[in-house]
Amino acid sequence: MSDSTSQSAVDERLKSEGFGARLMKRPELGAIAGVILVTAFFLATADPAMFTLSGVVNFMTPASQLGILAIGAALLMIGGEFDLSIGSMVAFAGLFFAAATVTMGLPLSIAIPATFAFAALMGSLNGFIVIRSGLPSFIVTLAFLFILRGLSLVGLKLATGGSTQLRGVRDAVEGDWLAPFFSGDAFGGLFAWLAENGLIETFKNGAPKVPGFPIEIVWFLIIALLATWVLLRTPVGNWIFAAGGDANAATNSGVPVRKVKISLFMVTACCAALVAIITVMDAGSTDARRGFQKEFEAIIAAVIGGCLLTGGYGSAIGAFFGATIFGMVVIGLTYTSFDQDWFQVFLGGMLLIAVLFNNAIRKRVTGER
Amino acid sequence: MSEDTKFHHGDVPDRAPIVEMKDIEKHFGNIIALAGVSFDVKPGECHCLLGDNGAGKSTFIKTMSGVHKPTKGEIYFEGKPMSFDSPRDAMEAGIATVFQDLAMIPLMSVTRNFFMGREPTKGSGPLKRLDIDKMNATTMEEMRRMGINLRAPDQAVGTLSGGERQTVAIARAVYFGAKILILDEPTSALGVRQTSNVLATIDKVRKQGIGVVFISHNVRHALAVGDRFTVLNRGKTLGTAKRGEISPEELQDLMAGGQELAELEGSLGGTV
Repeated sequence: MSDSTSQSAVDERLKSEGFGARLMKRPELGAIAGVILVTAFFLATADPAMFTLSGVVNFMTPASQLGILAIGAALLMIGGEFDLSIGSMVAFAGLFFAAATVTMGLPLSIAIPATFAFAALMGSLNGFIVIRSGLPSFIVTLAFLFILRGLSLVGLKLATGGSTQLRGVRDAVEGDWLAPFFSGDAFGGLFAWLAENGLIETFKNGAPKVPGFPIEIVWFLIIALLATWVLLRTPVGNWIFAAGGDANAATNSGVPVRKVKISLFMVTACCAALVAIITVMDAGSTDARRGFQKEFEAIIAAVIGGCLLTGGYGSAIGAFFGATIFGMVVIGLTYTSFDQDWFQVFLGGMLLIAVLFNNAIRKRVTGER
Repeated sequence: MSEDTKFHHGDVPDRAPIVEMKDIEKHFGNIIALAGVSFDVKPGECHCLLGDNGAGKSTFIKTMSGVHKPTKGEIYFEGKPMSFDSPRDAMEAGIATVFQDLAMIPLMSVTRNFFMGREPTKGSGPLKRLDIDKMNATTMEEMRRMGINLRAPDQAVGTLSGGERQTVAIARAVYFGAKILILDEPTSALGVRQTSNVLATIDKVRKQGIGVVFISHNVRHALAVGDRFTVLNRGKTLGTAKRGEISPEELQDLMAGGQELAELEGSLGGTV
């Protein structure tokens, strides 16, 4: 009676699994399918200019700004928590950064680390309250959504003497050696060389139409690869999945769940700070509406990327594609004859489909019936 | 179930116990959960701890696994007096507990569950990474030794049956060097076939020289695999019996405190 399942070398219950079936088990499948679908849609309806180099850079720039947030949100969701304060954190970190550079005149080598440190502190405060109180992170970070947005307004008025916009960042950071890492275009030399050799489109004077990759695209790629590496190939990644899958079981197995979750809150806040620094330097100013409603868009991108709302499942590369879909749609509609406001309808529909799809996938993976 | 099963029995080597607990008392405020419990486990035996609900089984194993500190009494681990400050201490000493909820995460693969919290790495510095190949190979091998052929190491734990999950938890504890394996009601939620698989696993673990503490309130399951039997009732031990010295009926009576069960048994035809 005891060894009935053990002796056969090949399990007779095992059907051979095709490539398609293996692919079905990947959390990012939905997002990749989405990218293909959206690409097909715009190939059919949009001006072909959308898929030239400058068109791609055009839609990847907003996709990257959102995607950096979405990857942070995805990691946190896999770890079993939400952060609704990311959007407000962008505004608040933007204010902190602008105040440090313009009002206090600090060099970037101090202002940027200080902004990250400050964001990490706020993130850890979020995490600490969630862990200590045992309250859902949804409620705690909803409180911070309003607290940080309000503080950004009040702080801006204090820093500027009554205005809700703080200008002069571009002048303040001009010539700073750190500025090229957070603003402008990367690989300018490469693009100039490509233009000279006629490999990419140029203006009449010979300058390339696209002077380089906007720096946020580079950050976006680096962060997506780094997050994927951490999730899939390091012990910390295993702890993130475990903490989100079942915090109690993870603790019993020796996973430092509290540390993992608080660190994830800090990472998410730092992603918000990075977006704040890049966009504030790009715009040369900051205002209180910066990052408005980005928390929802980031969570939507993470969900489209395959993250479960209940935690313990998802992928960073999925969030990458989720954000890409987002950028393609929001910019792509301007290349078509459709009304741009269809964008919101599309976003909501996409979210609904993604959630239904993810639910089905989860049942497949866990064998639930 | 008086007929003998095919598991080996009765030849408990007369070796020194790995863990010996003497006159353990545990009070929670004015509640006396344990009022003098003595218990020991030898290498390579399966010692069953039987008791009805509320008898103090859970409190006792939590004391043994370092969750609770005893109010009174002594614990000897490999002959030396021992006091564990946390479950981690006990785990590091070699006392592994498989609780009812198993500490398994259904959405994660068997491999990731197997090594959860104790992941092997290779490389160093920023390139330090999971040794995925070793993890997968170890998981497949350890599960095969317990008599389960996994379909694939990246199979999610959620797709396993209850008995298989139990086996993953046991294999994990054994692989990480358990000297004592405490199993809290491992068969209580399982069907007949899965129960026998788990009992077979217990037998395999015992043959590796590990002491198994099998907590149950099911006399039939205990008798199928146990070498010695200790009954807990109302926070006290009512003695330890070796296999063959005690009949199922006697064990049943001891567990129930010898009271109403005699009457009940009449109406149920002796099938409890």
